[in-house]
Amino acid sequence: MGKSKVAALPGWFSLDGEPHLIGSRCTACGTYYFPVRTMACRNPACGKDDLEQVPLSRTGKLWSFTDACYQPPEPFVAPEPFVPFAIAAVELEHERMTVLGQVTGGIEVSQLRLGMTMEIVLEPLFADEATESLIWKWRPV
Amino acid sequence: MNTEIAILGVGMHPWGKWGKNFVEYGLVAARAALADAGIDWRKVQFVSGAATIRCGYPGYVAGATFAQALGWQGAQVNTSYAACASGSQALAAARSKILSGECEVALVIGADTTPKGFLAPQKGERPDDPDWVRFRVGITNPTYFGLYARRRMGLYGDTQEDFARVKVKNANHGFGNPNARYRKRFSIDEVAASAMVANPLRLMDICATSDGAAALIVSSLDFARRHGRGDAVRIAAISTVAPTFASEILEMPDLATDSAVAAEAHRFRSALPRKAYEEAGIGPADVDVAEVYDLSTALELDWYEDLQFCPRGEAARLVREGVTSLGGRLPVNPSGGLACFGEAVPAQALAQVCELAWQLRGAAGERQVDGAKVGITANQGLFGHGSSVIVKK
Ligand SMILES: [Zn+2]
Repeated sequence: MGKSKVAALPGWFSLDGEPHLIGSRCTACGTYYFPVRTMACRNPACGKDDLEQVPLSRTGKLWSFTDACYQPPEPFVAPEPFVPFAIAAVELEHERMTVLGQVTGGIEVSQLRLGMTMEIVLEPLFADEATESLIWKWRPV
Repeated sequence: MNTEIAILGVGMHPWGKWGKNFVEYGLVAARAALADAGIDWRKVQFVSGAATIRCGYPGYVAGATFAQALGWQGAQVNTSYAACASGSQALAAARSKILSGECEVALVIGADTTPKGFLAPQKGERPDDPDWVRFRVGITNPTYFGLYARRRMGLYGDTQEDFARVKVKNANHGFGNPNARYRKRFSIDEVAASAMVANPLRLMDICATSDGAAALIVSSLDFARRHGRGDAVRIAAISTVAPTFASEILEMPDLATDSAVAAEAHRFRSALPRKAYEEAGIGPADVDVAEVYDLSTALELDWYEDLQFCPRGEAARLVREGVTSLGGRLPVNPSGGLACFGEAVPAQALAQVCELAWQLRGAAGERQVDGAKVGITANQGLFGHGSSVIVKK
């Protein structure tokens, strides 16, 4: 039997169907938020309170990228031994916002270029004997 | 309305990893600033401290901590916390007191003792705290610096060699600075040989964290004149503006920018000096020397553009041509910058002002910028904090 899969950050992305980030949208001015926001819209020209939960675009353009060559400090849970990973900032065209995340395992900085199309996938962030804690990662399309 | 105040005295405790209590560093800096000003401690009417969050309760009430350490003498105290801009906010608090006539002379002070390695978040599971969340996902401070640097390479054609040039320049500048922690010259090859941390940035491209302290004695212009210091250098602007929605650039510690669907995207770093120029009634062409927050080598280049020293995308040319080196038209970070100091958060923005004061007095020794009359600082930290201070003769 496989390990059970849970969200490392519950409510930040969907675990069912095609993976996507879960955000909010102000019903008055259309501004998007990630992660989900339940309080007032932060657009100072709006200030309304009605925010609806929405799925965010699954793909975007690579705004910039880097990597983590050294193990980040806690609360990061590192595998033994630590495996460096790439990191991407991806512009969601429709939402006009940039979202950060790890790049899917095995992809190195040398394989990335600004402007590439990237898509959301779910992969383990860390795991114990029974459970895999998943997180969103960016993968070149 | 005249909004200028005088800098009567400046003082620092050298940056390093000394393993002592932050209060000790602060005392050294405060006494040095008082001696430089020729002011008896008992004359100081307001103590404006920049808080440190790493040194327990005394750090949260830094203003009172330093006032007690120097000997309670009935002055008013205040403590400011604004991440990397804490020192500038403490300075702004002192300026407000002075300009409102509530006090004539103030001590502004910041000191810190820092842990080794990455700056980590506070303990405990806090999924509502963006600073906790980003470390959970593996996003450290160098991640953001790496993203900004790579973006420059992709958009403007900057190279890792350009970034290394910034380190070489700042290492040359700080080589003779007695307050700097790292006093060693580097070649481009040595920078290139250091370990990769956050591609394209290497260990030598990224600043360390340090212990250190900086202090200023500031006063009304009238007080300065009465004490024979009518010629003291002046603070002409202190900008500590918050960002304007929507954010254009991913900022620490966020995992996403604002959405620019309904509001234009704004670049926070540019807003800080823009407000300072406006307040001082001067422009970038008037600046002779600058101290900017080089958390990374590539970030120093971003600052050149945000300070309007050159059009967007052309900063690497300034460092290649030596414009921002000592002896160039517009030296940047003559102190050696964070590259030579490492970051001591609550002291750093004040250290920048100390350096400008020495430069404008013509007292900077071998790192003197000839004939400097106007200087500007720029810094930015977490959670919408940043500052830009203009000092002039
Ligand atoms: Zn709204």
